[in-house]
Amino acid sequence: MNAQQNRKPEAYNYAYLDEQTKRMIRRAILKAVAIPGYQVPFGSREMPVPYGWGTGGIQVTAAIIGPDDVYKCIDQGADDTTNAVSIRRFFARVADVATTERTQDATIIQTRHRIPEAPLTQGQIMVYQVPQPEPLRFLEPRETETRAMHAYEEYGLQYLSLYESVSAFGRIAGGAGYPVLVDERYLMSPSPIPKFDNPKLHQSEALHLFGAGREKRIYAVPPHTDVRSLDFEDYPFEVQSWDEVCGLCGCGTSYKDEVILDDEGNRMFVCSDSAYCGERRAAGHAGPLAGHALDSTPQEETLP
Amino acid sequence: MNMVAPITPAGTLKPAPLMQVRDLNKSFGPVRACRDVSFDLRRGEILGIVGESGSGKTTLLRCISGQTPPSSGEVLFDSQRHGLRDIFALSEQERRRIAREEWGYVHQNPRDGLRMRVSGGANVVEPLLMNNVRHYGRMRAQSLDWFAKVELDGARVDGKPRTFSGGMQQRLQIARNLIHNPSLIFMDEPTGGLDVSVQARLLDLMRVLVREMGLAAIIVTHDIGVARLLADRLLVMKAGEVVEQGLTDQVLDDPQHGYTQLLVSSVLQI
Repeated sequence: MNAQQNRKPEAYNYAYLDEQTKRMIRRAILKAVAIPGYQVPFGSREMPVPYGWGTGGIQVTAAIIGPDDVYKCIDQGADDTTNAVSIRRFFARVADVATTERTQDATIIQTRHRIPEAPLTQGQIMVYQVPQPEPLRFLEPRETETRAMHAYEEYGLQYLSLYESVSAFGRIAGGAGYPVLVDERYLMSPSPIPKFDNPKLHQSEALHLFGAGREKRIYAVPPHTDVRSLDFEDYPFEVQSWDEVCGLCGCGTSYKDEVILDDEGNRMFVCSDSAYCGERRAAGHAGPLAGHALDSTPQEETLP
Repeated sequence: MNMVAPITPAGTLKPAPLMQVRDLNKSFGPVRACRDVSFDLRRGEILGIVGESGSGKTTLLRCISGQTPPSSGEVLFDSQRHGLRDIFALSEQERRRIAREEWGYVHQNPRDGLRMRVSGGANVVEPLLMNNVRHYGRMRAQSLDWFAKVELDGARVDGKPRTFSGGMQQRLQIARNLIHNPSLIFMDEPTGGLDVSVQARLLDLMRVLVREMGLAAIIVTHDIGVARLLADRLLVMKAGEVVEQGLTDQVLDDPQHGYTQLLVSSVLQI
């Protein structure tokens, strides 16, 4: 008589977390958006994955996702790595959302290491999985002290790591998690994204949310916010560049991963953003190692 | 209690005090670590605080350097931004700024005063970074300059402090606390834990640097030799109280209080 009664009860609430938890996280997110770069404490929950696998990002996504969203998840820039696939499947299952690999189609993009190559647009939300939200932690282990430093805007200490880097390598070497000043006020760790992606945060069209599950902190960069990477007057900030183009799509401007091909020193460089690389190849771009054009029709003909 | 009023050589010191401590008390529950301590410190003057362990020397130093608020009393400091003001009446932010811009603090154990995870050179320039210097080349030159001033090998500038000997670490700490040209430096047993020959060289170095830069210093020590060599004036503490203060030579050559007499007579004569 009543169809509801016969249906198997749902094991989990929509988007895994219960409604009160999602409300609590949304409150933290609102505060984070209101104070760009400020680390807002929140009651991080146990998640069905271990700390370090993206529990902060998953909780932020769970709090903001709705059935109309289109979800993309990347790990090291790629959509097809184990962690990205698992988390994407998780939300497809518990939040009943459409998933995509195309950056342009996604409304929520969860990431650990990269900001996609395709420019982000208004209405998109980037969710970062943050291992260590405190950029000063390496130099100052006391939480009481780092909080005072943030409160009083005493950020001289962060430059010590840059100084150390120039002393050791002759340039500001740090490749990922390069510290930034948000809205000329709060010092922020942009999670372990490469410094190549730091300029994409500056005056971005999209909303950037950072969740650290183990450290229980949420922070944000709202759209159209100034984000400045720290540097010295005589050693200005610069991003990585590569002499090689992408071996598959021939792109010269993207962020590259180095792939070792054999034990004789041969290597190739390939776009770390797999969706971007795939789109370029589909559009007819080919790099030096792209090989012959992939064609699926002959294979089907050989089937018995 | 004050047997001899402090006498200052005319002309060499400015009359206005750099720091004034008024009736400072600090209690930890029933323990009264400092009782009604009062003294003045003038610019360029070196004040020694001597006394046995547990007499409240370090507590006093922590109070007057802004690290621990006193239970009662005032600590006035003549800062560039605020003039002569009670540092505990200022906001924590202002107090930290004074400590950053105008003070240095040399710890007894160099590991407490150094950042062990970054190189010696970076340790030395940290106060400059804290005071908004953002030019690498200039800071690098200054760090090498200070390495030379404290007689450290410039080739070791990129070495981690753990690769330095105890005496070298202490010299590194001294360079780090003088590079931003402070007007007052606090030292808590700066030669503790060093062997005698290293102590002597370090004391000599400190005396030269402090005199050259004309800065004021407050040195806590239980070593009468250190006090005699460095300090212009002495404060003798016992059980949280200042039992005697006056010019160093006066106090040590003609001690009035029974405890000071005991302290002076217990120094080993070789």
